Amino acid sequence: MQHSTGYVVGFATAVCLVCAVFVSGAAVGLKDRQAANKLLDRQQKVLTVAGLIEDGADLSREEIGSLYASSIQARVIDLATGEPNESIDPAKFDQVAASKDPERSSKAPENASKIMRLPNQALVFDIVKDGERRGLILPIEGYGLWGTLYGYLALEPDARTILGITFYQHKETPGLGGEVDNPRWKALWPGRMAFNERGVPSIAVKKGPAGSVSEDPYNVDGLSGATLTSRGVTNLLRFWLGDDGFGPYLEKYRAQTGV
Amino acid sequence: MAEITARDAFVDPIFNNNPIALQVLGICSALAVTTKLSTALVMAVAVTVVTGFSNLTVSILRKGIPSSIRIIVQLTVIASLVIVTDQILQAFVYSTAKELSVFVGLIITNCIVMGRADAFAMQNKPWVSFVDGIGNGLGYSTILIIVAFFRELIGSGSLFGYTILKPVTQGGWYVPNGLMLLAPAAFFLIGSFIWILRTYWKPAQIEEEFHVGALLELGNEGHLR
Repeated sequence: MQHSTGYVVGFATAVCLVCAVFVSGAAVGLKDRQAANKLLDRQQKVLTVAGLIEDGADLSREEIGSLYASSIQARVIDLATGEPNESIDPAKFDQVAASKDPERSSKAPENASKIMRLPNQALVFDIVKDGERRGLILPIEGYGLWGTLYGYLALEPDARTILGITFYQHKETPGLGGEVDNPRWKALWPGRMAFNERGVPSIAVKKGPAGSVSEDPYNVDGLSGATLTSRGVTNLLRFWLGDDGFGPYLEKYRAQTGV
Repeated sequence: MAEITARDAFVDPIFNNNPIALQVLGICSALAVTTKLSTALVMAVAVTVVTGFSNLTVSILRKGIPSSIRIIVQLTVIASLVIVTDQILQAFVYSTAKELSVFVGLIITNCIVMGRADAFAMQNKPWVSFVDGIGNGLGYSTILIIVAFFRELIGSGSLFGYTILKPVTQGGWYVPNGLMLLAPAAFFLIGSFIWILRTYWKPAQIEEEFHVGALLELGNEGHLR
């Protein structure tokens, strides 16, 4: 059956209009729920690295929300100076998006972690329980073998001892580099020292097994078969703990709290 | 061609005319999402729903669709359904949606959806088309779940995230087979499945063999050079 050109154009327009209304209706209608999910996901990750909940624990929205509200305080800081930046709402700040925005980021200095751009502001968290400071959490990212690893590092209130580490997004090989997700490997971190006595970031994922926390405080077991991922984790930690990363913030923090 | 009953349209694609096993369609996503049963299940449901509703919509519109733009119209319908499905997954099963990531969006390019819309829904009434879409979706789902069952069990020692064979990395005895977590494993499994299916159960599904001898006998050797 032949159709006139007018009919074809009219039909196409009608189909497009109906589909557009359908798609935008769904997107707008579900937006709040999706935003809530994203926030919840981030809160759960932060709580996990703080050691307040078990890895992969199945908690309700309310439990996560209330635990987060009572024990985590998020803050936006200026990365270069380490000073708090009160003008940005931490609940709405997306650091990964900010580091891709030329207005809110700058070119990163040469680094082993292949981080190209640094955000002007960064998000840090304080772990507070019963009015007492229990630690702080820093977002970390850097290149592994196949892609960028995104995660969090938690430090004890002395800002030197590691409380925990977690990666929430990465592309490493399952079973090899993907073992960064293994709870048994992550359990090796708490108690290790991020900085040596002179305040230089010294933590490393070494090749082969490391000693116990007291004997070998600056090293963590390497992931077998994943030398490049292990090296990537070392590089990204050294970078973010160093002067180009959260160094200035940690220095101010230590000065303020007198540790 | 005799009228196709809804029952045939539903049952046929699950085993007799399975889109993956016989038509070898939709392989790409079958490789990507089958490392875990939970992701495979969500993907299976998503594809089934999209195939069903795209068939329904295309079939309702079939008499009005100008043939010159029929593929574009089908794609618009499918793409809209897929985007909405993606939005719904992100709103209700966020963690699984995050793992499926780009593969939900890639349902748009799943040959099964497009194939059924063009080959079936354009010629048949809405209800039969809808059932055919659901049937094909379930045919795809069957294979996906079988593949995911073996990949998760052998590759991670668990099913639906529950540990069945305790891996050595968690202090158990089972050494997980890492190959199962990589894409080629799905090829091996789907290949074995098609082989078993065609050898023991449905020998009629073997395609007619192409052999060079036949051409030579016909005196057509000139075409081979």
